[in-house]
Amino acid sequence: MVIKYFSWIKEHIGKSEEFLELPDNVKNISELINYLNNLNDNYKKVFEKKDLIKIAVNRTYCSVEKKISNNDEIAFFPPVTGG
Amino acid sequence: MDRKTTIPVKIKIQNQDFEVSEETKILRENQTGAIVNFVGVVRGFDERNNSLIESITLEHYPGMTELEIEKIVKQSCERWNITGVTVIHRVGKLLPSDQIVFVGVSAKHRQNAFDSCNFIMDWLKTKAPFWKVEENNNQKKWVNYNLSDDEATKKWVV
Repeated sequence: MVIKYFSWIKEHIGKSEEFLELPDNVKNISELINYLNNLNDNYKKVFEKKDLIKIAVNRTYCSVEKKISNNDEIAFFPPVTGG
Repeated sequence: MDRKTTIPVKIKIQNQDFEVSEETKILRENQTGAIVNFVGVVRGFDERNNSLIESITLEHYPGMTELEIEKIVKQSCERWNITGVTVIHRVGKLLPSDQIVFVGVSAKHRQNAFDSCNFIMDWLKTKAPFWKVEENNNQKKWVNYNLSDDEATKKWVV
C-alpha cells in the first residue's frame, strides 16, 4: 500500500509518502496507526493529535474503523485550510 | 442521470492566475440570466495572530481535491436549478492581494446562483484537501483550520 502525508504531518514524519506491505494483523486504519506508532516516535507524535488528523482511503474521507488492504492508497492530513 | 447534473462544469487546480472576465464570459455561454462569482484573495495580515503575511504557499492532494470538489458541485447541481459551474483553485506560492480561488455559477435566476455559489464555497473550505502555510521573516507557519468554517456549513444541512 501507499501512505501519503500532507502539511505539517508530512514534515513531522519526514516524508510525503511511503510504500509498505501490510502485516497480517493490520486490518483497518486504527490497527495501521498502532503499527506505525511502534515504528518510531515521529509517528507517535503525529498520531497522538488524533483530533487533528483526517483520514482518506482511496481519496475518500473515512474513519479509523475503515477496513484496508494492500492495494489501498491511504492518506493522513490535518483539517483543510484552502479557499 | 438527473438532467441538472449534466450542465457544463469546469474544475481546475493550477499554479497560474485566472482572469475573472474570461471565466464570466464562458459562463455567459450557458443558458443564463444570472452569474454569481466569488473570488478569494490572499490577505496580507493574519488577524488571528496579529501578524503580517509576506506570502503563502498552498499545497493539495492531487486526485482527491478534484474528487471532493466534483462531489460538492454535484450536490449543488441537485439542489439548485443552475446552468453552469466553474471552480478554479490556485496552488503554490502566492502574495498578498493575489487571487486564490474562483467559484462562478450561472443560473436562469439570481437566487439559485447566489445560494449555489455560497454552498460550493462553504463546503470547499471544509472538505477540499488544500493546506496553507504562511511565510513571514523567513519563518513559516501552517494555518490552523477555522471552526467558523465548519459552522458555516451547518446552514446547508436540511
